[in-house]
Amino acid sequence: MAGAQPVAKIESAGKVHDSSQRTAPHVTIRGLTKRFSDATIYDNFDFDIPRGKLTSVFGPNGCGKSTLINMIAGLFPVDAGEILFDGQPLNRIKFGYVFQNYREAMFPWLRAFDNIAYPLKVMGVPKAVRNARVEKIVANLNVKIDLGLYPYQMSGGQQQLVSIMRALVVDPEILFLDEPFSALDYEMTLFMREQMQRIFVETATTTALVSHDLEEAVYLSDRILLLSRHPARAVEFVHYDAPRPRTDKTLSEADFISTKAHCLEIFQREVRKG
Amino acid sequence: MKRLEILLPFVGVAVLLAVWSLTVWARVVDPVLLPSPIATFKAMWVGMTSGKLGVDFIKTVERTIYSTVIAAVIAIPLGILLGSSEKVYRSVEFLIDFFRSTPASAMFPLFLVLFGVGDRTKISVAAFGAALVILFNVAYGVMNARKTRILAAKVMGASRIRVLWDVMLLESLPQTFVGLRNGVSLALVIVVVAEMFIGSTDGLGQRVFEAQQLFDMPDMYAAIFAAGALGYGLNLLFLTIERRFVHWSGK
Repeated sequence: MAGAQPVAKIESAGKVHDSSQRTAPHVTIRGLTKRFSDATIYDNFDFDIPRGKLTSVFGPNGCGKSTLINMIAGLFPVDAGEILFDGQPLNRIKFGYVFQNYREAMFPWLRAFDNIAYPLKVMGVPKAVRNARVEKIVANLNVKIDLGLYPYQMSGGQQQLVSIMRALVVDPEILFLDEPFSALDYEMTLFMREQMQRIFVETATTTALVSHDLEEAVYLSDRILLLSRHPARAVEFVHYDAPRPRTDKTLSEADFISTKAHCLEIFQREVRKG
Repeated sequence: MKRLEILLPFVGVAVLLAVWSLTVWARVVDPVLLPSPIATFKAMWVGMTSGKLGVDFIKTVERTIYSTVIAAVIAIPLGILLGSSEKVYRSVEFLIDFFRSTPASAMFPLFLVLFGVGDRTKISVAAFGAALVILFNVAYGVMNARKTRILAAKVMGASRIRVLWDVMLLESLPQTFVGLRNGVSLALVIVVVAEMFIGSTDGLGQRVFEAQQLFDMPDMYAAIFAAGALGYGLNLLFLTIERRFVHWSGK
């Protein structure tokens, strides 16, 4: 979201966003390499994230699912390689990031409304415009929470919903979510999946989601990236094209069951290899 | 039953007063050494409203507040500066811990040489002691700012300065208030001790000392209670400010 102005300039001058590009991959990852002291997590990793799809990343523990999106979102430095968004580096685009630990990612000294508006404040958007944009996103997403509350006065699900709105308020080109529902109880998780789906249908923002729950990953995704143990390879890029909105009924459809079974089989094969 | 529970804090006070009265009534202790509660509170009332005790009380409040304010003005910005870089803090940590562990009363002679006999010495020793306590707490508050929260601000494009201002500063506030409360308590201790011994003509410490010298026990107890009430009141004041401004503390 830094450098919103330069993006606008390029758009008018270089026509980076012209419609012919709309089917091209949104994010291109080339030669990505990342080593931690004890292991090579990525070694010359190539991958494309498709535009306007919800892509889940799934794989064995410690394979670097979160590390991947954290590197794409610039939270961790890469050792080598290139990650481009429509051919541009990260600092030229607007993106949103949702942390697993909403309790520590929200600002408890700000009311929910001001938490959502904060990224706009960082961008230097005037207060009146900020308020209007928050109001708009709340209306669009049909959120019924009292945003005058402080985060610690809200349930976990409400806090995470607020932090998703905070990520969306800048109109991001891409949205990252790192295990966004894993700190919530099951009831809240089910509710949040529906919210997430609604948000995705509403905005069609390119979304990258790290999940440790295969059912959730398949249910929410258009594409599932299955990673091997480290150094991680893309074992398979599974397509799941069931129409949205998906419902509880989707979970018992043959297509869903076979896709999930297929992913599980690959997952277990990769786990055994370790 | 539930309603009676709000009276629980008063039970201890009532028991103390009862035991005290009983001790006086049974003449277990020489009445010259231990006046009755009534005599003590009467001395306190008279002293606070029309006697010298009120003046001394105000003097001690002034000195304590001055020294705490001076300490806060120096220590809070310095603590933020030191805390924002763990390496810098580690390099001065020993010095801070050393002087924090040095009894401030041991510094009186030094400060007497520097500032002479007067308010400046009392206030500066108290400020010295309080500043180290505040500094240490602020620096730790900044250093222990939640990493996720800082990362969240960075990922939204916040600059280093903005992260420091919008996140680290606010993250350190609960710990800063811990420092302020400890600092003001220490400042009061130092001020009262200073008033007792370094050529003072006023202040609660001097009042206690003088009453003792004159063997005016009701006055001495009255001054002790006044000092206790002051310490308790200052702590309560800072707690109230904290609850008001750092509403998220501990949540």
